[in-house]
Amino acid sequence: MMDITQNYFEFLALPVTYQLDLQALSERSRALQKKLHPDRFSHLSDRERRLSVQYTAYLNEAVATLKHPLSRAQYLLKLEGIDTFSESQVQLDPMFLMQQMELRESLEDIADATDPDAQLEQLRQKVEQEMKSLREQFDMNYQQSTPSAHEAAAVCVRKMQFIDKLGREMEALEDKLFDE
Amino acid sequence: MAYSEQVIDHYENPRNVGKMNDQDDNIGTGMVGAPACGDVMRLQIKVSDEGVIEDAKFKTYGCGSAIASSSLVTEWVKGMTLDQAQELKNTKIAEELALPPVKIHCSVLAEDAIKAAVADYKEKQAKK
Repeated sequence: MMDITQNYFEFLALPVTYQLDLQALSERSRALQKKLHPDRFSHLSDRERRLSVQYTAYLNEAVATLKHPLSRAQYLLKLEGIDTFSESQVQLDPMFLMQQMELRESLEDIADATDPDAQLEQLRQKVEQEMKSLREQFDMNYQQSTPSAHEAAAVCVRKMQFIDKLGREMEALEDKLFDE
Repeated sequence: MAYSEQVIDHYENPRNVGKMNDQDDNIGTGMVGAPACGDVMRLQIKVSDEGVIEDAKFKTYGCGSAIASSSLVTEWVKGMTLDQAQELKNTKIAEELALPPVKIHCSVLAEDAIKAAVADYKEKQAKK
């Protein structure tokens, strides 16, 4: 029996961990989707059909959240009572912000550079490296399971949000360069 | 979502975009960011010996409302004393730009930025 009061991990019968097995996630998701297919419910009551729609929505939400490293990290923290999904008033390390500013500036310069592709690739490697290191730091702190370690994990998540945005800006520039 | 005319004006013709040397004693630099949208904002003020803001510059990577909020603040604070600048409220910015409720946080970011710039300047002066 499916239960949408369960958290996303439980709903998908997966262990609550950052190092999620993505293969297992997609297998579990496919199996549940099959089980929830509307055709299987066509002969059932309205109530049961409504439930199947609800389960499907919950499943889609769960898979979308757990699939991406950033939203998975945010969800894990939410389960621990720290909501980083919509916070706006937080103290951030000025050095980190300065660095983010510089990265955005170099992305802006790339648009006008003579060899934008090569420079974009260089920046991408730098950004990926940074993201990888933040993910590792997050996981290390998350696993420690103390309030102060969870707060440190939240700091990692906030930083990841900026890097994620930068990544999307890089993709947008790449699309633009490709179109030209 | 539709932007107000005031936001579009600042977005298309941002005032005082640029950078001042943050190593100078008479420059205060405020760096702020909003993780939820990934916006980063740098706001700088140049302060006279009398404690009046002579010049202000900003650079913002973010949405139109964030750019407009910081652009407006740089216009407003020129000629203000540090105390006046510190008193600047986000509600005034939001009102002037007719920001919708979902964009109020952009004006908060600009208020935080000017406060941070003033604090940075004062800290530099105290160290002298």
